[in-house]
Formats: sequence, C-alpha cells, structure tokens
Amino acid sequence: MNWVTNTFSTSIGKKLLMAITGLSFCGFLAVHLIGNLTIYGGQGMFLSYVEHLHSLGVLVTAAEWVLVLLAIVHIAMGLTLFFQNLAARPVRYEVKKAAGGRTIGSATMPYTGIIILLFIIIHLLTFRFVDKTPVEINDYSILTATFSQAGFVLLYIAAVIIVAIHVSHGLWSGFQTLGFNHSKYMPFIMGLGIVFSIIVGIGFGFIPIYASIIA
Amino acid sequence: MSDTINITLKVWRQKGADDKGHFETIPVKDVETHMSFLEMLDTVNEQLALEGKDIIAFDNDCREGICGMCGCLVNGIAHGPLKAMTLCQLHMRKFSDGDTIAVEPWRAKAFKVVKDLVVDRSPLDKIIQAGGYISANTGGAPDANSLPIPMEVAEKAMDAAACIGCGACVAACPNASAMLFTSAKVSQLALLPQGRPEAAKRAINMIRTHDACGFGNCTNERECEAVCPKEIKITNIARLNREFIKASIGSDVM
Repeated sequence: MNWVTNTFSTSIGKKLLMAITGLSFCGFLAVHLIGNLTIYGGQGMFLSYVEHLHSLGVLVTAAEWVLVLLAIVHIAMGLTLFFQNLAARPVRYEVKKAAGGRTIGSATMPYTGIIILLFIIIHLLTFRFVDKTPVEINDYSILTATFSQAGFVLLYIAAVIIVAIHVSHGLWSGFQTLGFNHSKYMPFIMGLGIVFSIIVGIGFGFIPIYASIIA
Repeated sequence: MSDTINITLKVWRQKGADDKGHFETIPVKDVETHMSFLEMLDTVNEQLALEGKDIIAFDNDCREGICGMCGCLVNGIAHGPLKAMTLCQLHMRKFSDGDTIAVEPWRAKAFKVVKDLVVDRSPLDKIIQAGGYISANTGGAPDANSLPIPMEVAEKAMDAAACIGCGACVAACPNASAMLFTSAKVSQLALLPQGRPEAAKRAINMIRTHDACGFGNCTNERECEAVCPKEIKITNIARLNREFIKASIGSDVM
C-alpha cells in the first residue's frame, strides 16, 4: 500500500483528493437543493419529502457518514495545501498585481472554505442536531421559526453567496485537476461552473427569504 | 512627441540570500523610449558605476526572448505588463513620463536570491534531471517515417517545448508552484512516441522532485498562463495530471 501514500502525499495527489471530494460536494449541493425546493410546494410537500428521505433509514445514516468523511478529507487537504503554499513563498512581494488569471473565487478559496465550515456547523446545529421528538416540532416548524429571525435570514444569504463564490472556482478546477481540460469542452465546464454557482446562490438564497415570508 | 522620459525606479537591492533586502529609489532622467527595459537598466548601471556605487545585478543573455535568462516583476507582474513577452522584449515606450516602476526578483522558497534581481533557478534543473529527457542510445538514424506522429500532436508537443524555463510561472503563481513548467516538460515528451516508454517514471519522479524542491501546490489560479512569455497553456497541467494518475494506478512505479 506504499504506493497509495506515495501518490496522495504528492502535490497532485493532494489536489486529486480536493477535486474528488469537492466535486462530490457539488453533487451533494445539487441533490440538497432539489430536495429543498419542495418548500415552495407548501408544508405538506416539504414534510412529505422529509419523511420519504428519512424512510431510507440506514442509507441516510450511511450517506451522512460519507459526507463527514468527504468533509474531513476536503478540510484536511485544503488546510495542508493552504499552509504549504504560504510556506512556499516565505518572503512576500512588496508590489504584486494579478495578471489576469485569478478570479474572486480562486483567490479566496481557503477563506471562503473556512467560512463555509463555520456555517455548516451553525447549519447542522440549527436544523440537524435539534430535539425533534415533541409533537409540535417538525422540520417545517424549525424552518419557519429559524427564518422568522432576520439575523438568520441575513446569515444564510451571506453564507450561500460565499458557497457560490467557492463553487465558481471549485467546479471547473476539479475537472482540470482530474485531467479533463480540452478546448472541445473546457469552455462548457467553465460556463457550467458559473451557471451552477449562480443556481446554488439563487436557489438556496431565496429559501430563507421565502421561509421568512411564510413564517 | 518626446523620445525621452523621466522615470523613478524602485529597484530591489539585496546583497545575498541571507540579506533582508530593501527597495532603492533611483530617479532616472532622459530614458530613451526606444531602449528595452534591460538597456535602461544597463544605462542606470553605467551611471551607478561612474558614481562608484554597486551596480544592480540582473540576469540576462540573448535579449531576444528565447533564452529564458531574464525576468523580474515589473510593477507587480512577471516580465512586465505585456503579454507573451520576456522582460528583454519590453520597451521603455510602454511607460509614461513620470512613472514610478517597481522592480522585484522572482520570489519563492525554492528560488534563493543570489543578488538583487538574480535568483537561483537551479531547482528547475533538478526537476528536469528527475526525468525530463528520454534515454535513447545513439546509433543509426531511424527511418524518417517509421514513427508516425499526427500533425496536431506534434504541434502540441512543440507548443509545450516552447517553454524556456524562465521561472515566471513560479514567480506569478500565488502558491509559488512550478506546475506549469513541470507540465510543459512532461507534456513535450509524453505526447510523442519516443517519450512513452519512460512516461510513468517521468511523471512521478518529476512531481516528487518538484515537491521536494519546496515549490507550492497548484490550485488552478491560472496566473502562470497569464504571464508565460511562451504562452504555455494550463491544458499541459491537465495532461500532467492525467499522466500522473495513469502512472500512479496503471504502472509498476511505486
């Protein structure tokens, strides 16, 4: 198994782990968003979605643990790359300008990543690790109770914008790392990255607003 | 229109790798706009020499953009503001009267400052030594068409081979990564049949050497592509990634 550690300890190996886990999270975002859109169908449809999801039982638990594992790898590798890359230029430039390659997304990846981690912790504490045993509490009531507070609405909108910025670089970057870069389809992938980040931003961003209106 | 301009140079002065270094401000009068950037530095050095001061050390050789010796950050951009050019191809007519021009050496942990604007780029040589060659025995020249190579493949190999190893990609990279350089050196051989026998060993060894030299990790910022005087594309980095994946899971190299 020596070759496995040899492979993933190189700079490309670490990037590959970032790409595989990151693209998996893009997939998760898509599924999560599709599920969340049931909120627009009203309380009945939303709770029906929640019920159907949880009826999968052990599969949901397994999926959650897979997400945790992906997160651990993504965060550990991201931080490793961040600190190694800082160390690779111990003396910074006094005058440095971007030459046209960087984007807001690419230049802020480590920072948006850390903010997203903090947000996910808050998000899980708000919606996942809540006592849902009382009869009057269900996922819909938690949703409306949370977003009846303006602070939460603003926090979620800000967090979703940051996720969109992170994804705007992450998606195409993941394909590039996995070696999928050809003039035939790279413009499409880069476009997809932008479109996907806008969909994520608008799709998730309007849920807190809508929930605050119906609350 | 005047053919001379007055500029203020803010040039990095550093005695050696252990010196902290500082910016020195040098007002330069009557710079002929037809001069190249390096010729301007030459005239500044002549003046400094006449004044009995230490001249500004900078690397250069061919002065026609093909050798890869020159290169500094000019106003924060590697090789200066023009695309697809080395520093020696930058002319003073691109600056305006009264401009302040900051000149800094390439900065990376792997590139130690030798003096002023001169840095030690031998880690790039170490990456080449790790596999940037083919092991071909000498002998009779093979028949010209015994190895068919499609035109577009030959073109891609030549595009990768245009890399002059100046180090601008490392200098411009926010992570001080030499991935564009390494990818060009891997690609120029990986694309051609002569390079295939050693492709797996080459990709793995060159990447390991790249990392061991203290270069950073590529995060697809594309700043390298933007400053490369030979316009090496990051599709080469994707090819290097493919070569590395293939070599890691599909070859005997441990």
